Amino acid sequence: MHTKTIAELTQLLRRREVSSRELTEHFLQRIDQRDERYNSFITVTREQALAQAEAADQRLAAGDAPALCGIPIAHKDLFCTAGVRTSCGSKMLDNFIAPYNATVVENLQQSGAVMLGKTNMDEFAMGSSNETSFYGPVKNPWDTNCVPGGSSGGSAAAVAALLTPAATASDTGGSIRQPAALCGLTGFKPTYGRISRWGMIAFASSLDQAGVLTRTAEDAALMLQAMTSFDVKDSTCVDEPVENYSARLNQSVRGLKIGVPKEYFGAGLHPQTAAKVQEAIATYESLGAEIREISLPHTHLGVPVYYVIAPAECSANMSRFDGVRYGYRCDNPQDLTDLYQRSRAEALGEEVKRRILIGTYALSAGYYDAYYHKAQQVRRLIKQDFLDAFTEVDLILGPTSPSPAFPFGDKVADPVAMYLEDTYTIATNLAGLPGLSIPCGLVDDKPVGLQLIGNYFAEAQLLNAAHQFQQATDFHTRIAPGAA
Amino acid sequence: MEWETVIGLEIHVQLSTHTKLFSGASTTFGAAPNSQACAIDLAMPGTLPTANAKAFHYAVMFGLAMNAGIGKRSVFERKNYFYPDLPKGYQTTQLAEPIVGPGVLNIQLADGSHKAVRLHHAHLEEDAGKSMHEDYHGMSAIDLNRAGTPLIEVVTEPDMRSAEEAVAYLKKVHAIITYLGISDGDMSQGSMRCDANVSIRPKGTETLGTRVEIKNINSFRFVEKAIKVEVERQIDLIEEGGKVIQETRLYDSEKNETRSMRSKEVANDYRYFPCPDLLPVILDDDYIEAIRRDLPELPDAKHQRFCNDYGLSDYDAAVLTAERATADYFEAVASESDEPKLAANWVMGELAGYLNRAEISISRSPVSAQHLAALIKRIKDGTVSGKIAKQVFEAMCEGEGDPDSIIETRGLKQVSDTGALEQMVDEVIANNQAQVENYRSADPSKQPKMLGFFVGQIMKASKGQANPQAVNDILLKKLK
Repeated sequence: MHTKTIAELTQLLRRREVSSRELTEHFLQRIDQRDERYNSFITVTREQALAQAEAADQRLAAGDAPALCGIPIAHKDLFCTAGVRTSCGSKMLDNFIAPYNATVVENLQQSGAVMLGKTNMDEFAMGSSNETSFYGPVKNPWDTNCVPGGSSGGSAAAVAALLTPAATASDTGGSIRQPAALCGLTGFKPTYGRISRWGMIAFASSLDQAGVLTRTAEDAALMLQAMTSFDVKDSTCVDEPVENYSARLNQSVRGLKIGVPKEYFGAGLHPQTAAKVQEAIATYESLGAEIREISLPHTHLGVPVYYVIAPAECSANMSRFDGVRYGYRCDNPQDLTDLYQRSRAEALGEEVKRRILIGTYALSAGYYDAYYHKAQQVRRLIKQDFLDAFTEVDLILGPTSPSPAFPFGDKVADPVAMYLEDTYTIATNLAGLPGLSIPCGLVDDKPVGLQLIGNYFAEAQLLNAAHQFQQATDFHTRIAPGAA
Repeated sequence: MEWETVIGLEIHVQLSTHTKLFSGASTTFGAAPNSQACAIDLAMPGTLPTANAKAFHYAVMFGLAMNAGIGKRSVFERKNYFYPDLPKGYQTTQLAEPIVGPGVLNIQLADGSHKAVRLHHAHLEEDAGKSMHEDYHGMSAIDLNRAGTPLIEVVTEPDMRSAEEAVAYLKKVHAIITYLGISDGDMSQGSMRCDANVSIRPKGTETLGTRVEIKNINSFRFVEKAIKVEVERQIDLIEEGGKVIQETRLYDSEKNETRSMRSKEVANDYRYFPCPDLLPVILDDDYIEAIRRDLPELPDAKHQRFCNDYGLSDYDAAVLTAERATADYFEAVASESDEPKLAANWVMGELAGYLNRAEISISRSPVSAQHLAALIKRIKDGTVSGKIAKQVFEAMCEGEGDPDSIIETRGLKQVSDTGALEQMVDEVIANNQAQVENYRSADPSKQPKMLGFFVGQIMKASKGQANPQAVNDILLKKLK
């Protein structure tokens, strides 16, 4: 049952061949028995899950079942869940229970999904290896000596280990796509503003976007459909009509113009990863797509720009965690300054502190123009690169990540090496474009991700291209050893 | 040496929107602590701000009324600093692209002269909560009801040259916001707060002196006193060879002195940057013009109209239009009584005097405009004299009801009946034979003055109720 996709499970549920309760208990049992190996969940919500499953079964029986009725899922632990702890992977919020649901959580609940629990993540979504979590690192089901990627490492590992059919995630610089690549999954980051950020704890507000990790593009379409709605509670949410993401999946990609940016194949890309991406290009060609080499000349500036803008926004977003109203507070504060300093020093991890410091510096008097202002200018150039490219091509294709999953500790001592993990994914966030990662083969028995980037609100087109690739290949059906 | 004072003002005006600038929580004053702070106001994780359209509407009204430019594109920024009553750790405000741009406002001074004061800009921002340090056994308490309440911060150029000019400007802004109805303008409740930047320089020089910011002065009178005392302090300091340092000072109204609060030289670096949770707000011409069309009559226009339509003096019109409530009251009395000049005299004289003594605002006056108009009609039609009318007015102030019933129950009606008056005149003549003789033998040019004695006697005998004109006529006839 756990190897089935959401599309398949939906059919079984509707035909009453399995109940949501059975399905939910099955996944809860797998989490109980197996997650010790991966550490992919921070909180498992057994009771709520079973209650939701029973409610779903009643609706299924009554013939009043919304799209995802009875399907178990997990939420990245930065989506606020009313009455259930939302830790954001931090000691700071270890005791935090929101009195409200994130819009993503609410929408999935409305469509009948059953929440199994909250998944592990890099602290406040800052990291590319899931090594910065207060709740310990998450292990990659393909090789438990390796990282699952980050920051949505818990969501990725949980889906790859077949502990849940799908999990929500968020992507600020690659936090959905890179773990998808490293864990052999389909990971989708929509256009900035497509999905409400209400209730999603902010890292860098102008870059954060909610999305999903699934095993197939078809499942991603079903999940995204349920998650997407215009939300007045998020001023940056765009009131754009929502396409039917499943309707175009089976359309041919014949004649689709796919651009391959030469800058994505330079030094730093693992040669075997490059070879797998080249094979994927050949697959698209055989499906009738037209491949064109393109240039995104400012690609090399993506990481430096990102590491000014994201920490700058983060430095302000993190200020609310001050020990005054909720979250961690140090013992016996002597005065206000002591309360602030020790609460934050004791409850925030090294990577979070590093980014607060970088961001504070970049916004300081005398440095603002040289860093933050300049970075915003370059951000516009990066966006313009994409706009220019989309006058010639429909989609852009490249590697998701420079290399497959790496061992724990490999990049911890060298933050810049860690930041370069997101070289190919970061520009998409800076431009606000939709992007996805799908598996395109294995290198040393570890998955390699293929990235597709679309124009604004081209979600359906991206899903179509991904689904067609998955119809022609079987990489997405491969299961991590020992996970079945 | 002769010194020149240079003053710039920063005025915070609390907008009377029903809900906060970025959340749906209520802004009502005086609720139980923290009962009007929602998840957004508390800066709970994952919450997001959405801008209040009414606050923009009000800000545009204000900008238009101030003859200032309107920012068709305005941008909220984050001003970063830690304080317990600032839940997000930053204040959402505007800096580079404010909603109201530069402008010029004319103020009128006590001597009737006019002066132009330039507005630097006015921007929208959220208020902080309140920290309370007393009554909590050495701990501090925080009330976040006020957190997120919309403010307009009005920033002038350093164009004012005296405390009186600063107060005149402040009063003009107060008049404008209350005319517009965008704020209650109540300084005692903090709905309007004023910081003054004060410096001095040798008269005739151009360079600005080092400025001192006086914080949170909560009445017109204290603004005047605080500036005056600060100017004296700066002059004394410099003349004794000292130097003014740039700092923030608090005005202590009890001691009538300013006190150093914190030095600006170690000022926070606020690290402003555009708030990524809020998009730039773009206003089009149609929106702005629709607001302009709906603007109420403003103080200057009303002033002009009072002069033209009611024939009031420039001074009277200025006094009556300084506050919208006064102007509305006057207009109601004037139109109801059809006696604008009498109405002006009564509103500025007896009514203002009473309200001042009783410390009551005109909107809570115990004498309604309708009752005052009725009283004026009774003066006009001779039912009571001006003098008796004051007695009636006092009774009205005590809540004794409408003037007609007071005149009736107290028997204050003027005596114009000739028979009764003749009898009184005869009695006075009989009892004052010596004065009668004097009068009759006096030079005719001195007689009118001497007549006053007899009128006075009759008015006394009638307890003021005799019709003075009729008394005059009868006396002239009988003393011939």
